Amino acid sequence: MFYAILRRFGQMLFVMFGISVIVFLIFFATPGADPAARIAGRNASPEVLEAVRHSFGFDRPLYVQYVKMMEKIFVTGDLTSFVNRGWKVVPAVMDSIPVTLSLVFGAAILWVVVSIIIGIVAAATRDSWLDKLLMALGLLGISMPVYWLGEVMNLITQSRYHDSWAFSWVPPLGYKNFSDDPKGWFLTLVIPWITLAILYIGIYGRVLRAAIIESLQEDFIRTARAKGLSETRILLRHALRTSLIAFVTLFGLDFGALVGGSALLTEVVFGLHGIGKLTYDALQNLDLPMIMATVMYASMFVVIANAVVDFVYILLDPRLRTS
Amino acid sequence: MILSVRDLKVSFRTNDGLVRAIDGVSFDLEESEILGVVGESGSGKTVSLLAVMGLITDPNASIEGSIRYKGRELVGLPARELRRLRGNEIAMIFQDPMTALTPVYTIGWQIAEQIRAHQNISKAKAMERVEELLAEVNFPNPHEAMSRYPHQLSGGMRQRAVIAMALSCNPALLVADEPTTALDVTVQAGILDLVRKLRATHKSAVVFITHDMGVVSELADRVMVMYAGRVVERGSRMELFSAPQHPYTRALLGSIPPLTGEKPRRLPAIPGSPPSLLRLPQGCAFGPRCPVHYEPCVTGKPGLGGGTHAAACFRVAQA
Repeated sequence: MFYAILRRFGQMLFVMFGISVIVFLIFFATPGADPAARIAGRNASPEVLEAVRHSFGFDRPLYVQYVKMMEKIFVTGDLTSFVNRGWKVVPAVMDSIPVTLSLVFGAAILWVVVSIIIGIVAAATRDSWLDKLLMALGLLGISMPVYWLGEVMNLITQSRYHDSWAFSWVPPLGYKNFSDDPKGWFLTLVIPWITLAILYIGIYGRVLRAAIIESLQEDFIRTARAKGLSETRILLRHALRTSLIAFVTLFGLDFGALVGGSALLTEVVFGLHGIGKLTYDALQNLDLPMIMATVMYASMFVVIANAVVDFVYILLDPRLRTS
Repeated sequence: MILSVRDLKVSFRTNDGLVRAIDGVSFDLEESEILGVVGESGSGKTVSLLAVMGLITDPNASIEGSIRYKGRELVGLPARELRRLRGNEIAMIFQDPMTALTPVYTIGWQIAEQIRAHQNISKAKAMERVEELLAEVNFPNPHEAMSRYPHQLSGGMRQRAVIAMALSCNPALLVADEPTTALDVTVQAGILDLVRKLRATHKSAVVFITHDMGVVSELADRVMVMYAGRVVERGSRMELFSAPQHPYTRALLGSIPPLTGEKPRRLPAIPGSPPSLLRLPQGCAFGPRCPVHYEPCVTGKPGLGGGTHAAACFRVAQA
């Protein structure tokens, strides 16, 4: 098992190396475009252009350029944004990471807990009015676009009903550091967490319900009944336990993508300066070093999330342990 | 008397109408007796025993008649009461050991789970009992086997684990639904030996469902032959094999190749196929495939007479 984990870790590093090469090639070896000109930004003076060319090694072979680039991102961390006049890219990314992580982690806890409860309740009472109601609500959650939902949330909690007893606790939009103000951190994030989680609660609740109902058809459920176990125990220990694999797969993909910047819309709506917002702004300004850094960061999280999913698989399913 | 089933009827509502899977089945089972239930697929042998176990969970099923376990009526018993019997006094072994165990738990855990569902003992005590049970069903290394997952065991070993699980609470009644069908012949023989031995040591009564006449002739004290949801013949093993009465039983026995003497060029087969339960023929369900059917078979349904050896056939009644 230790060996399996080690091997998976090695694979992870290899995949990340592959991604870095591809990303590098896309940005710096695309024929017909001068990367130095793009890094330097619009209307750059010839001196700046020359400085960029030298600092990124564009006068030298491709592999040297690659090494220099990786050095700037990972070792020295002095990759500089020219578009934003000397803004250091790596610290900017580092500053946005806690924001995105806070947002996504909190929402993930919320959606995992709630959707597991919904999935179990719906599967246990399948075809009843309660099941139908939960599934209809789930569909509603999936159908509401997050930017719209976020704005509605803001309308309710920040303006219309802000003065009522229900929402007077909601602080103004923005992010507060956990280390400075834990209570403020929590309060500012509650509404974004709920907003981001609603979509996933809908999806995960429905997926889990389907998986539980499917595993309730299995032979081993009949064995469990023949053993004289209670229906609750059969549902939780046998049906739910074997249904979690599909759930974990989905979770790994969504979580990785969200941490990698897919929470952009939520971040923008709630004024949270996370990775998504950073990437979005970089794209707007064609800020090549920043795009490069955020893409590397995002792919790193997707890869890590997938590796974690694989580890969890091994814990969940003993059939995967031997090999 | 361990089990007494009277006029059991199981039907399912389907989109095409009512399917009567079991139509008036009655049988008795004495202590430490092995009853072989034989029949083709769809003859209702599994459904009738699932009804005994209370394991028909289909909301479209309806169960009528009487199933008495040690004098206690099981039909209509509240789920909680039934659960107390299930796995504890009445245990079941299933057909396919590959899928009968939950893949994510060790077999030791799964057997202990059953023991702890019925007995108030510590986990450690339950595990000790599991080790004894696994030794009893001839696991070469019971202690090690406890921590194995189902996928790490062969089919025969899994079936032994399932049997150990069924025996874990010393059931008075063991229902075995084709426990050897999915296994190799040599493994099969081992399992049959085991069932015999367990009947002797645990004094459990066994209902053994199979479509294999050979297995029945080796194991059963009494035999019940089913066709299209009804019992067509019942009798002791000797009676049934030496003097089969019902044309269906005779046809089944006739389709076993002889071990000695000249082998037939082609094995005799029963013409036609079992009827759909949705469209049973009028009169005797076996009529259209029966070599000796005549007018009464179309107009009336033959009943099963009394006595230890009986067949539901007008020809037999006539003779």
